[in-house]
Amino acid sequence: MAIKKHLDVQPTRRNVLTGLAAAGAATTLPGFAPYVQAQSSAPIRIGFQVHRTGIGAAYGRWYDRTTTAAAKVINDAGGINGRPVEIIAEDDGTDPKRGAEVIEKFATYHKADIAFGTLFSHVVIGSAPRAGELKMPYFVVSEGHHVASGMLNRYTLQPGITDVKSQVQAMAPFVANNLGKKVTMIFPDFAFGHDHRDYFSAAVEAQGGEVVAKIAIPPTETSFTKYFPKIPRNTDVIYHVMVGPAVLTFVKEMGEFFGSSRPEIFGFIDSLEAVDLKTQGLEFLEGTYFWEGNPRYAQANQSEHDKFYRAAVGVDQNGASISDGKDVSTYAHMFGCWETLHVIKAGMEASGYQGPSDRAKLIEAVEAMTNMPLSQAHPQGAKMFNGKTHQVFGHQYITQVKGGRLELAHTTSIEDTMYPDEVDYTSQSF
Amino acid sequence: MEFGPHLILAMLEGLVQASVLTLTALGLSLVFGVMRVVNVAHGEFFMLGAVSAYAITDWLAGSAAVGFLVALIIAPLLVAVLAVVCDRMILRRLDYDPERTIVATIGILYVLQQVTLMTYGPDAHPVAPPFNQRLAIPWFEFTDTGLEFYFPWGLSTTSYKLFVIAAACVAGLGIWVLMARSKLGLILRATQLDRETAQAFGIPVERVYAFVFGLGAAIAALGAVLVVPIQQAHYLMGSDPLLLSFIVVIIGGLGSLRGTVVAAILIGMSNGVISVFFTPTLAKILATLLVAFVLVYRPAGLFGTKVA
Repeated sequence: MAIKKHLDVQPTRRNVLTGLAAAGAATTLPGFAPYVQAQSSAPIRIGFQVHRTGIGAAYGRWYDRTTTAAAKVINDAGGINGRPVEIIAEDDGTDPKRGAEVIEKFATYHKADIAFGTLFSHVVIGSAPRAGELKMPYFVVSEGHHVASGMLNRYTLQPGITDVKSQVQAMAPFVANNLGKKVTMIFPDFAFGHDHRDYFSAAVEAQGGEVVAKIAIPPTETSFTKYFPKIPRNTDVIYHVMVGPAVLTFVKEMGEFFGSSRPEIFGFIDSLEAVDLKTQGLEFLEGTYFWEGNPRYAQANQSEHDKFYRAAVGVDQNGASISDGKDVSTYAHMFGCWETLHVIKAGMEASGYQGPSDRAKLIEAVEAMTNMPLSQAHPQGAKMFNGKTHQVFGHQYITQVKGGRLELAHTTSIEDTMYPDEVDYTSQSF
Repeated sequence: MEFGPHLILAMLEGLVQASVLTLTALGLSLVFGVMRVVNVAHGEFFMLGAVSAYAITDWLAGSAAVGFLVALIIAPLLVAVLAVVCDRMILRRLDYDPERTIVATIGILYVLQQVTLMTYGPDAHPVAPPFNQRLAIPWFEFTDTGLEFYFPWGLSTTSYKLFVIAAACVAGLGIWVLMARSKLGLILRATQLDRETAQAFGIPVERVYAFVFGLGAAIAALGAVLVVPIQQAHYLMGSDPLLLSFIVVIIGGLGSLRGTVVAAILIGMSNGVISVFFTPTLAKILATLLVAFVLVYRPAGLFGTKVA
């Protein structure tokens, strides 16, 4: 009964008037004034989806530092369209479900202009559909082929880091011609690893090589010796790429398995990102090769832009934090955050971005981009952006372990990494 | 790899897993047997053992062997003290009620995990093993000249892995001696059999409970310290041992130490062998299936006695 009575209450003329008066008084308070004309001076709010916890935490820590450094550089130079950039970071837990919730939170709670961020492909694949529904531009730094494959939508772009398909395609000639034709692949058992499996197998076969075994390992695995006996005896080259908190264990156990009679080894540095190469148990890697998106150790031909970028993020010549030499960075990937933020800046300036109603204009402005020369905005190297596939293409680096350092052995051309378009996002409506 | 060397390698890996699992499951089984408390936070005590081993070796920063030895003694003690505090502050206040303690230990699980995340951080950290020689294992084959020995590719283990197996055997024996041959064990078994009668005979049951909860956590922590030079310390590492321990304890019979050891070796070995020859997922499927069969056909477990 009490409930019904409560529902029956109708607003009286008097309390409606009181409410109106209170609301009117509130808007005339001094604090309100700046917001009314906020359009030109309020910060541009960039929602930053970051792996603070979960299996991607090491990457998240460095994506965070790089993003903070890039935002500071942009703000020190006057911001975007004269407005400061504000980074709103939210932890996605390296979890696809949480990732989608974070995108939602950016749109509805933080009122962010755009979303930006994360690395692990399953989180991106889980978040992108929600970003599309919310019509929220979503700039990812994830390497997966899911953007260029046409799997996602017009609101998802990857302008700051190359994708796995182009990386492995550029690696295959080097592996097949210098290391050996019979390759055993070891990769994590989720979207990112499957990209490696599918595109490297195809690319190495095109070089006259052969993948003799494909060993998939769950990214949450903690013990690896049990997988290594599946490596066939006739293997010339091990191709390894692993992610997750146990990567160091993976590489160490691989060394223990082979002892002194290892085959050639080619790895994606993902297997040792954020891990010190001088760690006990990694000595067997001497002489092996790695793909690096960006060389961790400052090279002899280091550009002034890499110097600037390294110093701004706080990374020393060995790729570790300036304040703690044991805190090794994810140098091969994190430049993507720096470059993506600079692309966002360029896109917002080209489109005259004012607020969320200009989101479509921003995407069109980024789609119109092509050449991105080596510069402070692109310290990893020159790039070519493909507006149709929303994917950037760039140089890849192959380094060799020499004296416990990674020394540059080969740099691919941008053309080595290109492949025919698989999608035209510009034909999709907003 | 040929079948013979492959099988040997699989069994070695399985044995290492089984030894650590035996310790973890013994802790869980002991707590359930004596206190009738299903400790869902058991995996977190395991994790804390590994994390404190890292903290101790990192703090000592000298020789790996000294750091490890100190961690082997101090880490289980620290975890035991924490467990006793949990028992005094939470479980005792719930009067060890079976349902409420399950909910309470779920709470402890999250508190421990999140506090570790906030302090230790989200990264995995390695602990250097005190010694670690790669031991190649010879294999034989019959050739025209008769029996010949050779060293197959990849057939190896490390001295540290053998040490883990040995240490787990010693610790397991120690627990058996404690339970079956000591006065303390008599008190524990008396409390397990009948709490009220034990109390009537002057056994300080609450102190026994606190001791057992601490001991159970310390055994799990000991297993973690042993395994951390092979794996790495990480704040989420407690969930797998918890699941496997429950599987082992259910199969072996809740509260039966003998059943726990047999089931841990069975699950650890089959996990190792099946993971090597097929996939780790299949190993987990089969272990879970075995639990289902045990629950249906022998609800008390292989060696358990019926709980009234």
